[in-house]
Amino acid sequence: MNFFSRLRRFPFWSWVWFIIGALYFILPLFATFEFSLTWDPEIPLKAYQRAFEDNDFWETFGYSNMLALATIIASVILIVPTAYWIRLRLPEARRIVEFITLMPFVVPAIILVFGMIRIYSSPIDVPFTEIQLMQPLTNFKTGTNILIVAGYMVLAMPYMYRSVDTGMRTVDIRTLTEAAQSLGANWFVIITRIILPNIRSALLSGALLTFAIVVGEVTLATFLGVNAFGPYLFLLGQHRAYEPAALSFISFLLTWAAMGLLQLVSGGQGQAAGAH
Amino acid sequence: MAQTTVKPIKQPAATASWKTWLGVTPFLIFAVLFLFLPSLRLFTASFTNPEGKFTLDNVTQLVSEPFIVNAYKLSIQISAVTALGGGILGFLMAYSVTVGGLPKSLRSALITFSGVASNFAGVPLAFAFVATLGRQGFITHILRDYLGLNIYETGFNLYSFAGLSLVYMYFQFPLMVLIMAPALDGLKREWREAAENLGANTTQYWLKVALPVLLPSILGAMILLFGNAFGAYATAYALTGGRIGIVTIQIGAQIRGDVLYNPGLGYAMAIGMVVVMAISLAGYSWLQARTERWLK
Repeated sequence: MNFFSRLRRFPFWSWVWFIIGALYFILPLFATFEFSLTWDPEIPLKAYQRAFEDNDFWETFGYSNMLALATIIASVILIVPTAYWIRLRLPEARRIVEFITLMPFVVPAIILVFGMIRIYSSPIDVPFTEIQLMQPLTNFKTGTNILIVAGYMVLAMPYMYRSVDTGMRTVDIRTLTEAAQSLGANWFVIITRIILPNIRSALLSGALLTFAIVVGEVTLATFLGVNAFGPYLFLLGQHRAYEPAALSFISFLLTWAAMGLLQLVSGGQGQAAGAH
Repeated sequence: MAQTTVKPIKQPAATASWKTWLGVTPFLIFAVLFLFLPSLRLFTASFTNPEGKFTLDNVTQLVSEPFIVNAYKLSIQISAVTALGGGILGFLMAYSVTVGGLPKSLRSALITFSGVASNFAGVPLAFAFVATLGRQGFITHILRDYLGLNIYETGFNLYSFAGLSLVYMYFQFPLMVLIMAPALDGLKREWREAAENLGANTTQYWLKVALPVLLPSILGAMILLFGNAFGAYATAYALTGGRIGIVTIQIGAQIRGDVLYNPGLGYAMAIGMVVVMAISLAGYSWLQARTERWLK
């Protein structure tokens, strides 16, 4: 192949678009990193030191991670049996459940959180009686935690359901179930010992996306008055300059690590956007 | 005489017993408690005034109050601009790594990065752009020092429409890449070969074959991007501190009530948002159904 025909085959425009996009990706990251280093020329990592010295950082960050973990566990418990049951026994429920899992796209987080506050800030009664079942969920810490985890489960639902459902498509649920049943396994054993291990990469991808959504989430956490990492970062950004830049950079690296792991495990399946 | 009419085959087990439905009740109960009831409660709340009495004022204000109409306009404009801009850039990038002839390794790098960037929103994203294009930002400095161009004197402002659009694009075009890459993979090699055998050049192939096939999925993806930007709150709030009047920020201001306080109006605006989102999602699923005919 001579030089000119090789030049003709060189995908010039493809490179142009790719480089423009890559710059768009990288420049804000680089600028954040560069800015975080300029606080003190003597100690380049001062912003990172200061950010990590702050007790509130560890507290809120740890709390957000706990919330993420709780959301992931609760979502798995709710969604895996549902998706499994639909595939196995109830295909006519597929459309309605898929529709519900798409609803969080239609109902933005800000609407969800105000609706939940409206409902659960009054005591929960037994309908048509004066008997009070529970005090308002927003009044005590566990109640608020339940609310916010439920809200995060809703936000993560589209991704979690899709990951799990895609995962189940690749294994023969029916045969596995029949084999397990003829060996005497009950439903609990089938789901925990047979189904879950078989869809673990799909579960991991759903879990990592949930993690990415929850850890930096601001809207629900702010309006429910929860001391999570998102509101902390927001407040910090209003008073300080360099520490937020450092933490932003770190949180990007964390998300990247999570997604890289996902890519490694699932080969690029099942990614979509989070809550903005 | 032989029976010639073919009877339609009945679907076996068309109705599952109610016991089978029990399997999905936990999910349905969860959805009712934390998704439907809250949304429904906002719907009824949008018909109450601050004193808790029934009123239609909030709903009529939606179309009569200039600041609300402007908020919807601004939100729709920003979502449309970023859906279009992000959609085009995302499509071109997805094209370049799928059928555009770039090395395979770039493809997986781009997909991973898109997965990250499409989830990288909210506070950190706002800070990243302040560091990039703010008054003291990295690029602002480079343009001023090396090209003598002060973008803030030319009327650019990161905390305005143009700035916010640039910021939103950061999570918009990666989402487009994620959606379009599989669709572009679905273009069959035989179509291109057939077109070339019939004497079509590259432009003709794209205009007459590839784009018409891809068009529903391109439009569908852009609708998704539209909704993605329309519901965004944290990014805009962190960037402008609530000074830009998009719908989500106005809702927050009405309900939280620092200065403005009329929750009912806020709820009514929220319901208005749900309507806009529902329309765009309906459009999306319609286009999705059309695409699936070709790209299976």
